[in-house]
Amino acid sequence: MSLEALYHEIILDYYKNPHHKELHTPYDVEVHHNNPSCGDEVTLRLNVEDGVVASISWSGVGCSISQASTSIMTDLVQGASVAKALELERLFLEMMQSKGNFSEDIEVLEDAVALSGVAKYPARIKCALLGWMAFRDAALRVKS
Amino acid sequence: MAEFDLASVRADFPILSRVVRNGKHLVYLDNGATSQKPRSVVDAECEFYFQHNAAVHRGAHLLAEEATDAFEGARGKVASFINAETKEVVFTKSATESLNIVAYGFLNSSLGKAIPRSPFFVDASKNIVVSELEHHANLLPWQQLAERTGAQLRWFPVESEGRLDLSEVDSLIDENTAVVALTHQSNVTGAITDVNKIAKRVQSVHSIFVLDACQSAPHMKVDVRELGVDFLTFSGHKALGPTGVGVLWGRYELLAQMPPMITGGSMIESATMSAAIFAQPPKRFEAGVPNMAQAVGLGAAMDYLSSIGMEKISAHEKALTARALAGLRDIPGLTIIGPEQMESRGGVISFAVQGIHPHDLGQVLDDEGIAVRTGHHCAWPLMQALSVQATTRASFYLYNTEEEVDQLVTSVIAAKKFFRA
Repeated sequence: MSLEALYHEIILDYYKNPHHKELHTPYDVEVHHNNPSCGDEVTLRLNVEDGVVASISWSGVGCSISQASTSIMTDLVQGASVAKALELERLFLEMMQSKGNFSEDIEVLEDAVALSGVAKYPARIKCALLGWMAFRDAALRVKS
Repeated sequence: MAEFDLASVRADFPILSRVVRNGKHLVYLDNGATSQKPRSVVDAECEFYFQHNAAVHRGAHLLAEEATDAFEGARGKVASFINAETKEVVFTKSATESLNIVAYGFLNSSLGKAIPRSPFFVDASKNIVVSELEHHANLLPWQQLAERTGAQLRWFPVESEGRLDLSEVDSLIDENTAVVALTHQSNVTGAITDVNKIAKRVQSVHSIFVLDACQSAPHMKVDVRELGVDFLTFSGHKALGPTGVGVLWGRYELLAQMPPMITGGSMIESATMSAAIFAQPPKRFEAGVPNMAQAVGLGAAMDYLSSIGMEKISAHEKALTARALAGLRDIPGLTIIGPEQMESRGGVISFAVQGIHPHDLGQVLDDEGIAVRTGHHCAWPLMQALSVQATTRASFYLYNTEEEVDQLVTSVIAAKKFFRA
């Protein structure tokens, strides 16, 4: 597998121009997740109205994989129902854990499909998951 | 050029001829994390298991005798390696454990039935001195000790070049200082601590000086008598030895007054249902059947390093480090996180490249077969003090070559192109 396949052009674009990367107020829930093995961090804010992700924003520091993945995730879940968003999160997690042998239809993950190459680099999977795990945590807190 | 036969040294390390990603030859520059092993070390472990394996210090049979000889022989080799007495060398499972043994030595001397007039007694009137440069292994045990005894935790700050700022040494270390615990060489910046200067102050206030030599003992001549410290620790696996074995050296009169952290089998003089009398050091600190084969392997590693000579190894690493610093410094947007000059620094270089996160840089280097470390290097407070999130770290050892250093520099330049940084 080539470096170009891991660092898809889409990833580098999101890394350089991240989306929703400005914390909004007011918010329903804020979570802070970090990756103790590498020091990457993300703070994520979430508002849910009638079961729909009304607004999501984040700030953080980290590698291109973690930053692009978080950015793509916020694009995907913004405006989606929480149930749908959590389904996307499950799909993304499965894609990351698939070691590259993914059978389910992943087109619904849209730009996040560009991260599929990460699955072949076990040490980087946690980078790609950082923002998604933060979202899952926030979404479950809003629901409960 | 190295003052020893570099090609034949490399041939002693089978892993160095491995092919890694994309058919590239391995360039192993992560020696600060762990070193590779020469055949003689693994052979020594094998021979122990296949010829002499038995529980040491127990049993009346031949194998038990041979195993004990091999284990105690390794202790002697470690002792000569650092110019210590054999009975002052304790085998532990890691340097982390070694540091905890000393920290718990203080705690166990201070809580419950405290030991009267113990040099290890610490309470809220005392202070503990560390530094911002410490690896978590030499910070957290002291944080814990401070928290549990109420002692004040103090620290030497770090200067912008990643060196200790010793300007306040006389006020930081005072008559109430129970212990000073510092790194000999930073695992992040490569800065070497002026141990003698601090040791003088520690001695003048009759405190105890613990030195973390994980990054120094494998790479330079370390003489515990010349350093003037009271305890010193290093890990086996960073010094060509196996994992699972560490070293704790302590002045005998101090070891003799220190209670153990772990109690159990083979560390007693006698035991009854209600009490036990502990054995003299070093056995007091080696409860349970120790990591025997690993200690024997470490003995072989000491032999290997000594056969080449620590001065020659140190000179070779200095030459590699100077070459790397010169090459890296010339790359626009690259910042050395640590001393830029060779004075008082070892073969560990941390750096940051503008616009490329260390993980991404590490990934590109990996694609070229180059193994480096990225992240916070278990020194999170240092990262905070230096205002960096993470660094990329290249660290050298006796088997690295000038060509490998050049490959590192070339690949960092290529990474900049890849990320358009």
